[in-house]
Amino acid sequence: MKQLDYLDELEAEAIHILREVAGQFEKPALLFSGGKDSITLVRLAEKAFRPGKFPFPLVHIDTGHNFEETITYRDNMIKRIGEKLIVGHVQDDIDSGRVVEQKGKNASRNQLQTVTLLNTIAKHQFDACIGGARRDEEKARAKERIFSVRDEFGQWDPKRQRPELWNIYNGKIHKGENVRVFPISNWTELDVWNYIRREKIELPTIYFAHERDVITRNGQLMAASPFLNMDNEDVVERRNVRFRTVGDMTCTAAVESYAFEIDNIIDEISASRVSERGARMDDKVSEAAMEDRKKGGYF
Amino acid sequence: MNILKFLTAGSVDDGKSTLIGRLLYDSGAILVDQLEALQASNRKNDDGTIDLAILTDGLKAEREQGITIDVAYKYFQTDKRKFIIADTPGHIQYTRNMVTGASNAGLAIILIDARKGVIEQTIRHSFLVALLGLPQVVVCVNKMDMVDYDEVVFNKIVSDYKVLAGKVGLKNVAYIPVSALKGDNIVHPSERMTWFKGSSLLPYLESVEIPTDTLTEHARFPVQWVVRPQTEELHDYRGYAGRVSSGSFRVNDKITVLPSGFTSTISKIELLDSEPEAAISGMSVTIHLEDEIDISRGDTLVSAKNKPHVSQLIEADLCWMDTKALDTTHTYFLQHNSKLTRCRIQEILYKVNINTLEQEFVEDFKLNDIGRIVVKTADPLAFDLYQDNKANGGAILIDSRTNVTVGALMFRANAD
Repeated sequence: MKQLDYLDELEAEAIHILREVAGQFEKPALLFSGGKDSITLVRLAEKAFRPGKFPFPLVHIDTGHNFEETITYRDNMIKRIGEKLIVGHVQDDIDSGRVVEQKGKNASRNQLQTVTLLNTIAKHQFDACIGGARRDEEKARAKERIFSVRDEFGQWDPKRQRPELWNIYNGKIHKGENVRVFPISNWTELDVWNYIRREKIELPTIYFAHERDVITRNGQLMAASPFLNMDNEDVVERRNVRFRTVGDMTCTAAVESYAFEIDNIIDEISASRVSERGARMDDKVSEAAMEDRKKGGYF
Repeated sequence: MNILKFLTAGSVDDGKSTLIGRLLYDSGAILVDQLEALQASNRKNDDGTIDLAILTDGLKAEREQGITIDVAYKYFQTDKRKFIIADTPGHIQYTRNMVTGASNAGLAIILIDARKGVIEQTIRHSFLVALLGLPQVVVCVNKMDMVDYDEVVFNKIVSDYKVLAGKVGLKNVAYIPVSALKGDNIVHPSERMTWFKGSSLLPYLESVEIPTDTLTEHARFPVQWVVRPQTEELHDYRGYAGRVSSGSFRVNDKITVLPSGFTSTISKIELLDSEPEAAISGMSVTIHLEDEIDISRGDTLVSAKNKPHVSQLIEADLCWMDTKALDTTHTYFLQHNSKLTRCRIQEILYKVNINTLEQEFVEDFKLNDIGRIVVKTADPLAFDLYQDNKANGGAILIDSRTNVTVGALMFRANAD
């Protein structure tokens, strides 16, 4: 009696979930951020559907405040896999007045992207959106289902979640509702990195140590960029850093690092004393920050 | 390294959250920023140490009430194993949550308060664990610090529990005396209970074997998706994508397609970049057959040597999970792996009082009720009995009006 290795089991579970999405929904989409988790999803989708085409397009919600490296990576990847990409621009919603840009020193477009995401879902009538969120990231995520139903306003109601039994996923919804699907729910940050190493998946270069101009804000290293509101108190320094997550430039902090290769990164994470979300300014606002944002339709 | 998924059954009063917190904390699974958030929180134990229970209750509503409402999943790993904990609430009003958590677990930890012994809640939890067919149980007799680490107290609870285990049909049970609060026998052996010769909880969880069913005879493959590129170079390509739910398949194996009953032979098993000779339980693969047969999502490929039942009338245990009671005149959806069909609950045979285990004859079935029913399906189902093959013996009920999952079914007999 053999039992699957843990990475094989996580992979098989994720592929099964992706194929359930294909089988149960009319118009699914894969939300692609350019981060390592959504890059992992793309590899899993290749495993689930090749030699056929993906039964869904990739959707990128573009805040306009991107790391250049992410966009280069995205465009190269789309060319390689030959799948369709849809981009929703936060800038369009700012221009049309649907959302108002935040002001002040810690201004970020992270909150605004929820509106653009919901608009993009509505415009293309997506009934399921696949995302790379994991339950080990944060307390509110730990209780979210793999098939997570959102009402017509995009809201998550933790008290109205459907029981999810065995490997059976209930994707039935009413018109206007949609389901967020999280195939790598059961993976940890370390699992993702071990999988990327095993599969030899290429990543955007900002995940690896490099020299960059940064400023220190609220104890975190932020990339100096035209998108960050800086004043005289901000001192720009050149440091060796890397990023553990890839989000909007204004809310993704770097960590000091000399991890130039994936092996170094895995060693660093194994020994790390700061969890991944610790480097996200947006979670720090209040203890219930994530729960509140998810209720409002955040990814 | 493999994965052990386990369920923790007990209530806050039994120190369940403290036990999980202790496992995470002592095995080094808590990171600095999480620890800082913990210390910043104003919940402390009486002696001023951090309340480890905070690690497991996630939602604002739960923190306000100091209880766990929903299933929370927690992850940690040691050098030997990766662990997934399904932390479920213990009170009777959350029975459905415990059933949900138990459906995916390979092992259950049942917590007993050393001062209280086997109580009504213990009976209920043990019944549910047996109902869901968990292969392994660990009884943790907790709060041993409150009974002076007394061996006699522990032995009395063990002998009481053995009677209960026999009654509900639990076979593989281990017993460990612990104090989650003080850390006795959780990660390290207790110096205060040298009379206990067994292994502490974490080493036990690291080494316990949970058998996987990979017997060829039990081979079941629910088809999820048909891969048909229909490009010029792959004009005739037709692969059946799915996950082996039990048993194993090999190239050249004779298979039967259900419910149609057509037979064929496996010509190829495919992964993205390899063509393995065999696919075992748990693997997601694409299977090719020698013959061109009409197969679509919802069909099941099975070993031609050992076929499951095929029928439209099934006796099953039902756990009702919705606030709106079961309506025997209503047509529900039934989802069994990738197969979706309509169904009606034709008859309620009995309900089990899950505190006393007595059967009751009832007219209605309400939230958290569990009992035996007969379900009639619109299409024939290819199913195994849950006690023989969990992966092909369970299904969910969906209310076609609300789309909500309202029931869990465990098939117990072919009623045709």
